[in-house]
Amino acid sequence: MSSVENDKDLIGIDLSTVDWNSFPDEKGHFGIYGGRFAAETLMDAIEELGDAYESLKDNPQFQKDYDDDLRHYVGRPSPLYHAERWSRELGGAQIYLKREDLNHTGAHKINNTIGQALLAKHMGKPRIIAETGAGQHGVATATIAARLGLECVVYMGEVDVARQAPNVYRMKLLGAEVIPVTSGSKTLKDALNEAMRDWVTNVDNTFYCIGTVAGPHPYPMMVRDFQTIIGREAKEQCLEQTGRLPDALIACVGGGSNAIGLFHEFLPDLDVEMIGVEPAGLGLDTDKHAAPLSMAKPGVLHGNRMYLLADEDGQVTEPHSISAGLDYPGVGPEHCFLKDTGRANYVAIKDDEAMEAFHALTRIEGIIPALESSHALAYAMKLAPTMSSDKNIIVNLSGRGDKDINTVAALEGIKL
Amino acid sequence: MNRLTNCFEKLNQSGKKALMPYITAGDSNPSITVPLMHRMVESGADIIELGIPFSDPMADGPTVQLACERALVHHTSLRDTIAMMTEFRKTDDTTPVVLMGYLNPVETMGYEEFAQAASSVGVDGLLTVDLPPEEATDIVPILKSHNIDPIFLLSPTTTNERIKKISDAGSGFLYYVSLKGVTGSNALNVNEVAERVQTIKSISSLPVAVGFGVKDAETASAVSKVSDGSIVGSAIVKIIENNIDDADTIMDQIGALLVSMRTAMDKS
Repeated sequence: MSSVENDKDLIGIDLSTVDWNSFPDEKGHFGIYGGRFAAETLMDAIEELGDAYESLKDNPQFQKDYDDDLRHYVGRPSPLYHAERWSRELGGAQIYLKREDLNHTGAHKINNTIGQALLAKHMGKPRIIAETGAGQHGVATATIAARLGLECVVYMGEVDVARQAPNVYRMKLLGAEVIPVTSGSKTLKDALNEAMRDWVTNVDNTFYCIGTVAGPHPYPMMVRDFQTIIGREAKEQCLEQTGRLPDALIACVGGGSNAIGLFHEFLPDLDVEMIGVEPAGLGLDTDKHAAPLSMAKPGVLHGNRMYLLADEDGQVTEPHSISAGLDYPGVGPEHCFLKDTGRANYVAIKDDEAMEAFHALTRIEGIIPALESSHALAYAMKLAPTMSSDKNIIVNLSGRGDKDINTVAALEGIKL
Repeated sequence: MNRLTNCFEKLNQSGKKALMPYITAGDSNPSITVPLMHRMVESGADIIELGIPFSDPMADGPTVQLACERALVHHTSLRDTIAMMTEFRKTDDTTPVVLMGYLNPVETMGYEEFAQAASSVGVDGLLTVDLPPEEATDIVPILKSHNIDPIFLLSPTTTNERIKKISDAGSGFLYYVSLKGVTGSNALNVNEVAERVQTIKSISSLPVAVGFGVKDAETASAVSKVSDGSIVGSAIVKIIENNIDDADTIMDQIGALLVSMRTAMDKS
């Protein structure tokens, strides 16, 4: 008998009794998920970060700096766009796109890096490090590091360096050092391992800017807090445009930061359905996917307990997704919690379905979506026709697809 | 009988310090591990740290990462590591062995099943580097009920308050990480180590062994002077890395390194 099971205490819980803002608890737990599973060499730094964040998050000046940056530097609020033509073609619910792709640097990632970089500055850390998969978080970190005059080092799996060449060059232009990681599967999880090693070694002067809602507490909570701007705006915009709350929210889930960012504000609104879309890669019946919520059990990696792709010996298995940003074997602990409680549902979309959605949105709405976001769009293509035309769905268009045109072209046998 | 406590008591009585080599189980192949453990004991090792291979050894430097990768080529699992212990104990029932690795393989097997299996083959301690005492409240009582010592790390940045907490949770000994960084790092400062170990000992009654940065007879001896034991990992694993297909050379060179360390440590 294995002790690795999902959280029985959460299953079947009465959702109307849950105080969603009471999670995580003070030790960073969402039920059995989350926590602080880190080497002792990092504990002091993690506690220092937790204390600094606790003391700053309600500080009016810190909030003002953050809000000002989001407004004047990132360009928020991002629009909520009614994709009328696409909705009509699909013949069902109305699809609204939360346009995080229009943010400075082209994705939702910068909402978080601005918050963390301000924190680094407050903590007096002159050096900032990050891991990146698709390169969006790396670019967002390099961008804010450039602006604040911080030294920036980005770890990126060698495989991702190859498939996201434009973003690698962008980071270098921004003055960051990009270190290709050659261990393990040479993708996002290995970049995270390497960033943690750097942090352990340079803990005195270095701030580790994690790009998703995973890692040791306080990261899953802190990154969520910085991303909830997406849902707060979306709620207000939806009420303004449609006069009511949406019927469903859809977002792609790798580590899960854009999805939590959209979902969190709506958690108490139990009539709003939430759907997280994991990458099914070549199919959930193959071993080429990156869908732990659909296919895996809980495990411990990168400082927290979460659903984790691993074999029967507990070795982490190599994930696969066409999109580098979703190519991760774990998923943020709050999503694990939302899955077990049943507050959110998680589905999976294959590489080719995501590609189809990528082309559909590009041709029908004139918006080139990131391959990550294309997974959410692909599920919207399935869901919308099953709903009546007076229903509304918000899809988080978490990033733009400019970075992916080489991948897409290569798949179609076109050389740019 | 508790082998770890006995071992430190005996060493203490004879005025000696513990020499504690680390290898990864299954590195460079599973057939070498048990003979190598015996050879290390013959060459002066008091306690063996046997690494459980893991796919993502986040707290380790390149040397131990590569050792894990070599072991995983042969799919060496936690269960295989426990099976190696059965083999080892056939001819050595006295040398304490501590399993060292990351939590996920143990959690996947299940705490209770692991503790039963490990205890029945004479495993004496478990050190999972990504498990601080705060998250260990479930596993610690299970380990202790099976006479397995939970071993915890202390670092240069661990506060006195945490030293107390960690010392209360752990047993057997405390593992002091001598420097900031991953395994295989350089630049060990003996004076700093001495000062820290003194602080730890003023708070805890457990023996304190020091690892990270112990690479030759000189550092092993220097560290053991100011603590209860020297842990040597990457320097040994490096010998395997340099002689992957040559079991005889691996045995001879690791044996010679440990003999030189033992001699230097006992001289002082």
